[in-house]
Amino acid sequence: MAAELFQHPGGWLILGGIVLAFVRGTPRAVLSMALPVLALGLLWGIADGVYGGVAFLDFRLDALRVDRLSRLFATVFLLALFVGSIYAIRQQSRIELPAAFVYGGAAVGAVLAGDLLTLFVFWELMAIGSTLVIWAGGREAYPAAMRYLMVHLFGGVVLMAGITGHLAGGGSLRFEAIALDGLPQWLILAGFLINAGAFPLGSWLPDAYPRASWSGMVFLSAFTTKTAVYVLMRGFPGAEILIPIGLFMAGYGLIYALVENGARRVLAYAIINQVGFMVAGIGIGSEMALNGVAAHAFAHIVYKALLLMAMGAVIVQTGKRDCTELGGLARQMPVTCGFAIFGALAMSAPLTAGFITKSLVLQAAADAHLTWVWLGMMVIAAGVFLAAGLKIVVFVFFGAPRDLDATEAPASQRWGMRLLALMSLAVGCYPPLLYDLLPYAIDYQPYTGSHVVFQLQLLLATAVVFFLMRDRLTQLLGSLRDIDWLYRSLGPRWVKAAVHTGSAKLAEAGGSTLRGLGSVLTGIRRHHGTSGVLARTWPSGSMVLWVAILLLMYLVLYYIV
Amino acid sequence: MTNLQPTIAPDTLLTQHLPILLVIVPLLSAPLIVLLRRSFLSWLVAMIASVAAFGIAALLLQQVLASDGVIAYAIGNWEAPLGIELRVDAVNAFVAFIVALVGVFVLPYCRIGIAAEVRQEEHYLFYAMLMLCLCGLLGILLTGDAFNVFVFLEISSLATYVLIAMGRDRRALVASYQYLLMGTVGATLYVIGIGILYLQTGTLNLADMAQRLSGVGDVRATLAALAFITVGVSLKIALFPLHLWLPNAYAYSPSAVSAFLAATATKVSIYVLMRYYFTVFGAVTVFDAHNTGMILLALSLAAMFIPAVVAIFQRDVKRLLAYSSVSQIGYITLGISLGTVGGLTAAIAHLFNHALTKGALFLVLGGIVLRCGGANLDRLAGIGRTMPVAAFAFVIGGLSLIGIPGTAGFISKWYLVTAAMAEGQWWLAGAVMMSSLLAVIYVWRFVEVAYFQAPPDDHPPVGEAPLSMRVPALLMVGACVYFGLDATWSGEVATRAATALLEGWQ
Repeated sequence: MAAELFQHPGGWLILGGIVLAFVRGTPRAVLSMALPVLALGLLWGIADGVYGGVAFLDFRLDALRVDRLSRLFATVFLLALFVGSIYAIRQQSRIELPAAFVYGGAAVGAVLAGDLLTLFVFWELMAIGSTLVIWAGGREAYPAAMRYLMVHLFGGVVLMAGITGHLAGGGSLRFEAIALDGLPQWLILAGFLINAGAFPLGSWLPDAYPRASWSGMVFLSAFTTKTAVYVLMRGFPGAEILIPIGLFMAGYGLIYALVENGARRVLAYAIINQVGFMVAGIGIGSEMALNGVAAHAFAHIVYKALLLMAMGAVIVQTGKRDCTELGGLARQMPVTCGFAIFGALAMSAPLTAGFITKSLVLQAAADAHLTWVWLGMMVIAAGVFLAAGLKIVVFVFFGAPRDLDATEAPASQRWGMRLLALMSLAVGCYPPLLYDLLPYAIDYQPYTGSHVVFQLQLLLATAVVFFLMRDRLTQLLGSLRDIDWLYRSLGPRWVKAAVHTGSAKLAEAGGSTLRGLGSVLTGIRRHHGTSGVLARTWPSGSMVLWVAILLLMYLVLYYIV
Repeated sequence: MTNLQPTIAPDTLLTQHLPILLVIVPLLSAPLIVLLRRSFLSWLVAMIASVAAFGIAALLLQQVLASDGVIAYAIGNWEAPLGIELRVDAVNAFVAFIVALVGVFVLPYCRIGIAAEVRQEEHYLFYAMLMLCLCGLLGILLTGDAFNVFVFLEISSLATYVLIAMGRDRRALVASYQYLLMGTVGATLYVIGIGILYLQTGTLNLADMAQRLSGVGDVRATLAALAFITVGVSLKIALFPLHLWLPNAYAYSPSAVSAFLAATATKVSIYVLMRYYFTVFGAVTVFDAHNTGMILLALSLAAMFIPAVVAIFQRDVKRLLAYSSVSQIGYITLGISLGTVGGLTAAIAHLFNHALTKGALFLVLGGIVLRCGGANLDRLAGIGRTMPVAAFAFVIGGLSLIGIPGTAGFISKWYLVTAAMAEGQWWLAGAVMMSSLLAVIYVWRFVEVAYFQAPPDDHPPVGEAPLSMRVPALLMVGACVYFGLDATWSGEVATRAATALLEGWQ
């Protein structure tokens, strides 16, 4: 076993998370800020290489792999955890911060995993940690947390099935690029995509994340989907199927973000949109594209966390979550408003991280002569600025004041936002800061005259479009249902009707298939329930009857066959 | 049985007599306990006997693994096939190790656990019966004689009926009576089976019988014997649909007895089935020529799903665990039904891992029942707060039951899935996964009640179980995690045992 394993930053974070559950007040704040810094130190103290040698079953696990790509993602995660825990200093929940550390530690562990089994273990741990983070959001969050857990456990099962199949088929345990040449490999891809929020199993994201507490969603937005982006980059770079999947995700996220009313739900859909953008970039697969995706994952974590922090501050102050209930907060919360505006601009405006990273992916699409992909990405980039940036800022901070009782966000929250804004600005003003960390050598100059002008024109045009269609948009808010409605509302309603009221009301609730489902469920309850035929205490005579039947069965089989 | 007097000459090493010592120590402790009668003294004797048995079993296992063959021990120096011999190879040494290990975990636990559930004046009987049960189980495992198996089966079964009837709940009597009926039916079928075999081969020695059977050829009488033995032993295994005696027997017996039985009794019967299938009849006859594997596979699949769904609906956690046991037995027989080294390795590994898991769960639950006054889910509400250690330990055990990586349950499921895939049976691997999801649901029911509900109004006294109950329970939970993280030893022994089974006793 390599000594470097004891330096595993994810392991220390998880241990620290458990310790955090037992401390409160100032020690908790200090520890929660010190841990990510410590983990960063550990991470950068490990030389590039693969460390492991842990024996498990018939395998040798390479639990720790540090190279340019995994180091970049782990670093970004640790920074996000650091800033997030500053922002969350005033969080009263006893569960959330420890869970966030286990969650973040597991994400770091997954990113640093050198083999598929280690990856799977951290993958599941991430699901548990993030469920607890959501669950800490209060009573209303509980059902959503359970739905979230179910989807992720399902994703875990799919991934596990894929991994076992991959190994059984002679595949390598090492987590390298995987060729899509069989069902197991497709299952692995599906398992990854479920965590990325891909259609049609992506609605866990807008369903669960916005129900987390004001600080919880900041953590959530950083890890799960970005880990998925990382594993896709590692496992399936250049898989062409990812281009349509990614573009569809991006379009789907964009449309829902446009018409959604809940402020943080808008941002949740925007996450799907941006992850789709990245997934499409992975599908392009050139070095430039992969560099762009890695860089954009950083930029996206930063600006999305910034926006979510601003919205979290608003929720703490007002207790309201919907665009239509909020408005005119710019006067009461000028600093938060400023950061929100910056966050919106940081998506793609020059001098911010978003500008220097998005253009990389777009350039890669152009270089690969994928005109339609390039065009789609361009529209998406512009659209999300409108849907998640302008819309949020205008509806929440400007517009008609609603007599909301709010004051400026407290210092801890402001510091969280300030640090993120600084990160974005630093990278935006001096691109080599980020470019030097990217997996491949890069020779790209984002700040050319035409490029900057083009981007500014695009932003301006988007803004004009927004103000022209603002009234239409208000009418549309909250008018679309997502897939999760099927299993959250429609499905249970039908099943409930099926189980409790029998077949009479079923006719109006659904078709004959549902009636079948209903009777199956009633049947299961009738047979397997506590007083059901399969669970009753049987008279001894009937038990003996079974013995006779079984004996007869064996004899007949032996004699006839 | 009259031959059970080993002559230990002063010049022979004690280690040569390990097989018989393993049976004799618990057997002799039983009358000693009855003579002593005092509760504490009888516990002490039982404790010493079970620790000694564990030591002997461990030594024996070590000996077998080192010698890489079969240790034959002729009782009273009467050579087989005339005399009765004990034959030990990697398989039964391993299962005997498991049984003795569980005994060592359960006995310290009995001291307080039994005091609460069994009347003071019956304590010595309880320990005597427990020792007889242990003796019977170990005897079944070690003996190389078909009729001797029946004798030890009856010793262990009779002791078990008494142990179950000692439960505080009055339904324990009915449960015990039903188990008595079914157990007797099973044993009778088994005896009919060996009767037929004896008629055909003229021997009761298993190794001898195996040799002569291969010469007899494919005769219908042999097949009848196979059917009788299969069904008789399946009854003792509680293989679906012959499991109906099991839920009540586990649910109403004292907690320590539930833990001991759940971890050992069915496992020993599974060993008997494997011994007959692979050593006596031979895998070719059983699986290739006569499709027993198909029926066993169908029953295993039914066992994996139907009782698991029943478990989901249970309100009594002891019954829930009992149904889960029936479901888990399905995994073991599924491994057997594959008839390959991989399948057998999975079955034997799960024998071990499930014994640890279910033993741990029942031990933890026993402590909870002591504090909460019942195993009904309503009474367990909020114990995540009132008994945090026990609740957490139960959850860990539950995770092992599901087969989450890092727990013992994962190891055996991994073996099982790999074995199924090696046979090209992808859908079986899928079925194992699906059935694990059912386990998620019934474990979740406990989690939901324990952590997300407020304690009932007639609040049970806050506090963990007494130390003497908590420590064995936690050690066993710890073992679940340890053998989940480091499966080198258990996996290797299981593989050796599987290979030994397929090689036979030549």
